[in-house]
Amino acid sequence: MGKTIAEKIFDSHRVDNPFGDIHVINLDAVFCHEITTPVAINDLVARDMDRVFDPTKIKAVIDHVTPAKDSKTAMQGKIIRDWANRHNIKDFFDIGENGVCHALFPEKGFVRPGYTVIMGDSHTCTHGAFGAFAAGVGTTDLEVGILKGVCAFQYPESIKISVNGALPQGVFAKDVILAIIGKLGVNGATNKVIEFTGNVIDAMSMESRMTLCNMAVEAGGTSGICAPDMVTVDYLWQFISNDFSSREEAFEKYLEFTADPDATYAQVIEIDAATLVPVTTFGYKPDQVRPVSEMSSAKVDQVYIGSCTNGRIEDLRIAARILDGKHIKKGVRGVVSPASPAIYSRALEEGIIKIFMDAGFCVTNPTCGACLGMSNGVLAAGEVCASTTNRNFSGRMGKGGMVHLMSPASAAATALTGTITNSTLYKAGEK
Amino acid sequence: MKKFNGKAMFLDRGDINTDEIIPARYLTEITKEALKPYLLEDLILPGFNAQADVEKSNVVVTRANFGCGSSREHAPWALEVNAINIVIAESFARIFKQNMFNGGMMAVELSAGALDRIFKKFAKSETTVTTDMDKMTLRFVTADEEEIFPFAISDFNRALVEAGGWVGYADSKY
Repeated sequence: MGKTIAEKIFDSHRVDNPFGDIHVINLDAVFCHEITTPVAINDLVARDMDRVFDPTKIKAVIDHVTPAKDSKTAMQGKIIRDWANRHNIKDFFDIGENGVCHALFPEKGFVRPGYTVIMGDSHTCTHGAFGAFAAGVGTTDLEVGILKGVCAFQYPESIKISVNGALPQGVFAKDVILAIIGKLGVNGATNKVIEFTGNVIDAMSMESRMTLCNMAVEAGGTSGICAPDMVTVDYLWQFISNDFSSREEAFEKYLEFTADPDATYAQVIEIDAATLVPVTTFGYKPDQVRPVSEMSSAKVDQVYIGSCTNGRIEDLRIAARILDGKHIKKGVRGVVSPASPAIYSRALEEGIIKIFMDAGFCVTNPTCGACLGMSNGVLAAGEVCASTTNRNFSGRMGKGGMVHLMSPASAAATALTGTITNSTLYKAGEK
Repeated sequence: MKKFNGKAMFLDRGDINTDEIIPARYLTEITKEALKPYLLEDLILPGFNAQADVEKSNVVVTRANFGCGSSREHAPWALEVNAINIVIAESFARIFKQNMFNGGMMAVELSAGALDRIFKKFAKSETTVTTDMDKMTLRFVTADEEEIFPFAISDFNRALVEAGGWVGYADSKY
């Protein structure tokens, strides 16, 4: 019987099958940040088990609140920094070279097709874009991952989502994934992997695939996953060129982690790309999705462009195309946070930062900050934010605030008008 | 093994997320105990008063997809430091559910029908829930009502509850 990508990865990583469908798998990478890791570190120390299974497979970053905003966040940074130093974790990214984990780690080449990855962060599913099984876990799973290099999961069923046809201009990966979440509901993929396929996905950049996989968890999914192909190989080539004689050879090898034609899926959903439009959320759940055109009466106080969902160079380029030579609406606060130093630097070189600044945006350093209401753009009660982030939960960006999730194009257009607006890149009815 | 008995708190809404259980602004805390005053602070439900209701409860009874959103184990910890070791729901988000069992706590699923019955019969009264881990039953009792509901958890999760959590279990095995 054929296998899905996730099944192939599980079958190549199994170390134990202690009960029924519970499989303990070994881990190729354990990612750590300063919010969920310090408690694991302190617990390991308290248990007299302050060890790491393999310092080369642990990657750590300070990203959620950086630079530290107060004594508590400074202490969280200190705990993970001291720990990385004492265990010789070479891939530790501190201030000056830190960025949002799910943007930074892929661009360092830390994720490869067929890998298993965990992190104490629900958006770890992002890394499935590389044909990896990547799952967010809690601090206890993280702690065991750090100590033993293993994690227990239910053997994963997959949902196949096939997006085919011509994606209309001005409709982006963010619109595709929001539409999918709207269809599945916030628990439609619980305990399942979402495998994204189809010609629209094949044509997507790694950045767009990461945007898709990033929000798999918003439908309850354990991991998003895209089959590795030449786009994946090209993205990773600078890191893997010593391992393969040619890109074609790498591609051949990675075919091992594509799904068999007769693989079994819990559900198969076909989406005609031509029917998709720019969308946004309207409530406190990411499955409450509506066309941007139906939300035009909603006024916003702030526009936020950034995060592990949409803070990559491709996202900033799209927003800059819309903002170029224009100024955001008076009274609207614009905040942009390039998601990594490399993205920030590239945006500087391309003149994108200047466009944002001339348009009236505040450009912040790379950080998760405002997305989860921790720093750099927290909302006051009653305020509304158009945001390229991934969660619109009540209180998410600040107690009493409302968040409308959307693509960078829609967010930039909304900043110019002050009400939720379609970008000029989208022309209804045009292909 | 922890205790899974006590007064019930009824949260009659689905999709209660981790930001409602413990808002991100408190994730700067590095001890579980520090989370105690903030459990369910951002949850807005008719008749629900976070401080008063949390204070007197040891069991949460709720609807589908409880704990969706973030991976933060601060959510189960905020329950644990408030002496709430068990959540009974129609379903849970994967990470939240595993976090509960990984800490030796219980996330118990009952059918939508059973929960409808429980909400109808018990939600308006002061209700005590007693968990029998041998018979695998939950006993709901008020001054004049009583009903027993059988439940099931996986063998793995039962082993975690008995081992007091995943760290001890994994350290002895892997």
